[in-house]
Amino acid sequence: MTIKDAFGSKPRKKYVTLPVYAEDLQYGAVPPVKRCPRCGLRTREEELAQHWNVCPACGHHFPLAVERRLELVADAGSFEPFDETLRSVDVLGFPGYADKLAALWESGRSEAIVTGRATVGGEPVVLGVMDSEFMMGSMGSVVGEKVTRAFERALEARLPVIMITASGGARMQEGMVSLLQMAKTSAAVGRFSAAGLLYISVLTHPTTGGVTASFATLADIILAEPGALVLFAGPRVIEQTIQQKLPPEFQRAEACLQHGLVDAIVPRQELKAVLARLLALHRTGG
Amino acid sequence: MGYTRPLDFEKDYLELRERLDALKDMAREKALDLGDEIASLEAKVAALKEQRYRSLTAWQKVQIARHIERPTTRDFIDALCEDFVELHGDRCFGDDAAIVGGLARFEGRPVTVVGHLKGRDTAENLQRHFGMPHPEGYRKALRLMKQAEKFGRPVICFIDTPGAYPGTGAEERGQGWAISQSLMQMALLRVPTVSIVIGEGGSGGALALGVADRVLMLSYAVYSVISPEGCASILWKDSRRAEQMAESLKLTAADLLALGIIDEVVEEPLEGAHRAPQQTFAAVRERLRWHLHDLEGLEATRRVELRYQRLRRIGAFEE
Ligand SMILES: [Zn+2]
Repeated sequence: MTIKDAFGSKPRKKYVTLPVYAEDLQYGAVPPVKRCPRCGLRTREEELAQHWNVCPACGHHFPLAVERRLELVADAGSFEPFDETLRSVDVLGFPGYADKLAALWESGRSEAIVTGRATVGGEPVVLGVMDSEFMMGSMGSVVGEKVTRAFERALEARLPVIMITASGGARMQEGMVSLLQMAKTSAAVGRFSAAGLLYISVLTHPTTGGVTASFATLADIILAEPGALVLFAGPRVIEQTIQQKLPPEFQRAEACLQHGLVDAIVPRQELKAVLARLLALHRTGG
Repeated sequence: MGYTRPLDFEKDYLELRERLDALKDMAREKALDLGDEIASLEAKVAALKEQRYRSLTAWQKVQIARHIERPTTRDFIDALCEDFVELHGDRCFGDDAAIVGGLARFEGRPVTVVGHLKGRDTAENLQRHFGMPHPEGYRKALRLMKQAEKFGRPVICFIDTPGAYPGTGAEERGQGWAISQSLMQMALLRVPTVSIVIGEGGSGGALALGVADRVLMLSYAVYSVISPEGCASILWKDSRRAEQMAESLKLTAADLLALGIIDEVVEEPLEGAHRAPQQTFAAVRERLRWHLHDLEGLEATRRVELRYQRLRRIGAFEE
């Protein structure tokens, strides 16, 4: 299911106002524009970026690249990455996996998550941000290991953890080795949590499968971005079971809130302030 | 007697075995001396048996693992334990028939037993959702495991499911949340835990009962991140290539032992657990007894640490 399906039924405005930019007229260039799948508004990518990829008219949340996500949440210049050199290996000799990885590395991406130390509103944390553009944010050995090490380091340094999730689930190409990353990360959260430390997860679109059924939903406080799809089974598999199309609002953040599965929905522009407040409320020793 | 529901690859072998049985019956009934004929046919049967079952493909093992007559969790509990008392419900929403659990006695000591439960026929399978649990099933399982921890009883989990139930109600009641809790809490349990994959280990829905001190697997059981059909359909847009995908996914007991995902393979009879269940139960009993005894000799804190280190080793990457 795409975002488009999800918001297709919303009533649309009958007209939009297209801003005119002097520099475009001057150079005759067509600036890159994104059309909002929810309200139809066309916004220049540059302007959209200034709004953290949130539609200025209706508040629809477009995907946000990892680098921008770090910019959004971490204090400027505070992020120090962990384990940047970890690379996946084709452990099963799975058809096509090695080539796929090579192509992604070629394009400059390293894995489906970045982790590291940062400060958020001045509060030191261990932070993880998943990259849904790297093999759909799937969790293989490297994602599992980076998440596990992040919790282990945070436990040692007695720091809170923030995980911003987006994932298609376990990485099929690593077979059972990837499935067991669910157990490994959950066990790491268990130890961390037993030590009385704070873990906040932020579920973004889409968070599904093995990540939903492991560390993403084990946080003390679970936040979600508006419109984020959060579920365990794939939408198509569910549609096969129930023999009908899923409604667009199914298991979106708003439905998850209604069913008592998440603590709060936080729009992107407010995320940092909310995280900073929660961290400050858990600060020990004044 | 006939052999019910033969799989394609074993038809000729089972037919030959039936002929041998018939010959023996005839010799007995009519008091004929057919010793030579019987001996010759027995040799053929034995040779064909080796040929058919010694080199099973991954896909053939998938078919055996899913066989409707394969012993279920309930069969294992009844055969291995005494005084079983089934305990129901998650204390929250309902009782999930796809998971069975309760108290019993194993080799003299009280234990908590939990497992996925498939049906023995279509009607029972519909009632039990083919062994595919809803969140209330996982919450029941976890409730019983925490109860075991309170009373210091070991936990034995039987894994046999195509996966967690993929439905709207299951999602709305937090399927992912229920599974993740089970994974985390099982990792922290202070009592000895042994899980055994007895049939199908389907994805996260299976793993939810599989975070144990020791993970065993019957020799024809399979354990996979996704069904071969599902994976072939997603990656190759062709569910008919499931047979090939079954090989690629490395889902057999032997593969998973080599990968360090499981700790031990329990050999079942050559023709599969469903053709000789008593022999299977005896083999499982012996290994469960050994592992529980071994684990009971460890301090709880040490056991939990070793369980963590066991998971900690799983993963393949370069640095
Ligand atoms: Zn919009």
